[in-house]
Amino acid sequence: MLIFEQSKAGRKDGPGKRKKKQGSAIPKNFLRKQSAGLPEVSELQAVRHYTRLSQKNFSIDTHFYPLGSCTMKYNPRACNSLAMLPGFLNRHPLSPDMFGQGVMACLYELQEMLKEVTGMNAVSLTPAAGAQGEFAGMAMIRAYHDAQGDTARTEVLVPDAAHGTNPASAVMCGYTVREIPTSSNGDVDVDELKKVVGPQTAGLMLTNPSTVGVFDRNIQEISSTVHKAGGLLYYDGANLNAILGKVRPGDMGFDVIHMNLHKTFSTPHGGGGPGAGPVGVSERLTPFLPVPMVAHDGDEYRWLTEKDCPQTIGRLSAFMGNTGVLLRAYVYARLLGKEGMIRVSEYSTLNANYMMAEMKKKGFDLAYPDRRATHEFIVTMKRQAKELGTNTMDFAKRLLDYGFHAPTTYFPLLIPECLLIEPTETEDKDTLDAFIDTMEKILKEAQENPEQLKDAPHTLPVRRLDDVRAARELDLAWKAE
Amino acid sequence: MPFIPHTEKEVKEMLDAIGVSSIEDLFDEIPPELKAVSIDAVPSTQSEMDVSRLMMERAEEDGRQLSFIGAGAYEHHIPAAVWELTTRGEFYTAYTPYQAEASQGTLQLLYEYQTMMSRLNGLDVSNASLYDGASGLAEAVLMAVRANRKSKSKKILMPKTVHPHYRKTVEAIVNKQDIKLEILDYDATGGHLSPEQLPQSPGDFAALVIPQPNFFGVMEDVDMLTDWAHSHGALVIAVVNPIALALLQPPGEWGENGADIACGEGQPLGIPLSSGGPYYGFMCCKQALVRQMPGRIIGKTLDMDGKPGYTLTLQAREQHIRRSKATSNICTNQGLMITASTIHMAILGAHGLEEAAATSNENTNTLIDKLTALPGVEKVFERPVFHEAVLKFDTPLKDVLRALNAQNLIGGYSLEDEYPELDNALLVCATETKTQADIDTYVNHLERILSKQETVKCPVSPKI
Repeated sequence: MLIFEQSKAGRKDGPGKRKKKQGSAIPKNFLRKQSAGLPEVSELQAVRHYTRLSQKNFSIDTHFYPLGSCTMKYNPRACNSLAMLPGFLNRHPLSPDMFGQGVMACLYELQEMLKEVTGMNAVSLTPAAGAQGEFAGMAMIRAYHDAQGDTARTEVLVPDAAHGTNPASAVMCGYTVREIPTSSNGDVDVDELKKVVGPQTAGLMLTNPSTVGVFDRNIQEISSTVHKAGGLLYYDGANLNAILGKVRPGDMGFDVIHMNLHKTFSTPHGGGGPGAGPVGVSERLTPFLPVPMVAHDGDEYRWLTEKDCPQTIGRLSAFMGNTGVLLRAYVYARLLGKEGMIRVSEYSTLNANYMMAEMKKKGFDLAYPDRRATHEFIVTMKRQAKELGTNTMDFAKRLLDYGFHAPTTYFPLLIPECLLIEPTETEDKDTLDAFIDTMEKILKEAQENPEQLKDAPHTLPVRRLDDVRAARELDLAWKAE
Repeated sequence: MPFIPHTEKEVKEMLDAIGVSSIEDLFDEIPPELKAVSIDAVPSTQSEMDVSRLMMERAEEDGRQLSFIGAGAYEHHIPAAVWELTTRGEFYTAYTPYQAEASQGTLQLLYEYQTMMSRLNGLDVSNASLYDGASGLAEAVLMAVRANRKSKSKKILMPKTVHPHYRKTVEAIVNKQDIKLEILDYDATGGHLSPEQLPQSPGDFAALVIPQPNFFGVMEDVDMLTDWAHSHGALVIAVVNPIALALLQPPGEWGENGADIACGEGQPLGIPLSSGGPYYGFMCCKQALVRQMPGRIIGKTLDMDGKPGYTLTLQAREQHIRRSKATSNICTNQGLMITASTIHMAILGAHGLEEAAATSNENTNTLIDKLTALPGVEKVFERPVFHEAVLKFDTPLKDVLRALNAQNLIGGYSLEDEYPELDNALLVCATETKTQADIDTYVNHLERILSKQETVKCPVSPKI
């Protein structure tokens, strides 16, 4: 039942007469003629309704959530409670610097820590999510070329395995996109790259470790190929979790990078966000960083704005991006410290390689059987789809019945019938084993009783939903019958 | 080890299963010369107790002032239940509802959100949020350029009465796509966009942006402006305050045909100030434009048994399907923030929002009356305001504000940088969170400060 269906006119007035409506200082012609039509429910009704709704969700706190590329690790509760201290929550974004030294100290130190772990020259925290970080990065690449008077660079190279945000971000910066194929071993096809790179190349956007779950071994050659042609290298930090404290994008030769703090730095995913997508840059791109940033002059922290950074690509939001998310990431970074950061990449890699090895033993096909997994790996169900008639989506939905959130399905697009599995470092071996055993059990069901899979899920609040109907008969807002 | 659950025995078993002898072996595909990494500048691990102490000390330094700033972020009361529920792990630690059957809680809530926002705005459909009000306006501009097929130009008319940070954000986001923003000045007496400020022969343009209330707190003639834009074949993008919408005419009813797109900052609906974020941008539009809308959208559908359920829909617009041809690059949105807003709106209801809006309007008018009764303080614009207004001082504003800061009071937002032509102008706001005593505190301090021939030049740091 929707909250609207629990509404009763007059409930908010209570018994007796309602007070005269205020707002008389606003001339009538500006006022709305009808009330906005929000539900009229008691606080208890609302609390009960949304508590019950929450219970219909899978979440990290309730379920193993091995969603590849999303790094669904434990979100420490301390990060939330400390970011929600009243002093932080009540600070207005435009209040004077003297009333923001606490939050600015945290942000400044976070900038410094992110610089260190990525090997970049400077960091701006303001992008609100990974995709906005990508936009900022590509805008800086364009600003750099423009500042050099090098306006003939109109093309951005993106591997076919990349996240969809990469080409979309490049287009928002006025570039055309050219795809680079992935070779059969999972690395970027360097020969193809060499064929298409040239004076028209503004840059290459690369995720490394890549979205197919391997570390690109040719990264140095890729880097020098693009640089020699005068292009810049963009690092999509979606998979930073796999190399934290082990390898740094700056050392690989990247000029600009975004980080997804909601992945690597364990800020909550919140049912879709908010994220935070800070950008780091090499020295030559530093003047173009988006504002505001935090500077430390003597004893005081202050905001750096357009006045301090005349070549900045500008502002990406009204104020300081997702500050509350940044505070959560800061707390997480302090709790982990450098020792804990290195463990992140080590144990996420251990978990992924263990799962990959065990799933292979259980008869699943790996997309790249000869490669090491990074913090994630890909299983392809192409054979099962052909032999048993059960596809990846059927496996995914059946996993839900067994209390596991499904891995990422059908991404990357170049691997047919794939599951991208990312366990993260915070899962224990028993959980991984339980998942692997369940996958084996579902494989048996697929052989013996495929309908079990095709009709799945059976035990959730709804059965499989009709997406085609949702798109054809659009119903995007509730209307009273 | 913080958040790592492995025992030594398990690590050994796992390495054996993989067939390697150490964790380091798992990184053997990385060129060795890249692995000589040190991250020594990162501090060492600290206990939760120690980090808590540090954060409490820092939080003590911030956010304990009596504040009269609005300027795009507004202090409103948030019922305790809102964030108690929002930070339940089932909402807080879920992700984008790609597996709809395992995400019906979030999906139904988002569908309720879309319903609430479309009703508040008087428009057919709402998306499930963008990053914030400013970047949301940038997306609305891009959407209008895509959607207005009659217009060949990529020109947008942007009033100077739109929040200056919004204008800067829009510029930064759309200028790579050859979109031109033509800035329209405001009426010096009214503080609004009057017919005289509209171009006589505007030529072809894709859309007009109309703020209501505008950055000065002033009400615009939205009916006239909407009809004018439509009569020139342009679309109308409304930038609105959602609390104000509880009282004000919704964008969908502006003029003869209503605004085409409405967007704005969702923060006033249950989101704490938090130094500027996370907030969220809302966006609503007419049904005909829905396929040009950026961001996630939830639709109602049926399951295999004919039972209603909710799912992500119209995904063919989005980057993970359309890649370089997507309507936007947005992926992650502000899901948790609209979770809070939905609960906030459910608890307050329309009456609660109306009361917050009306009391804010009343308090601001009281504040303006009392402040302008002081010598040397004037109201700049004569048009009616919602919950903000511009005041002008005949003494250097910087000194006045610093003297107020020394009393642990934030007097408002100085317009000196953004609107130098207004000369010593201050934007003030008093929402429903301000009591009569708070307002009197401001008035008394200001009276005392102004009465001194020389204002305090260098205040000592306030004791908090």
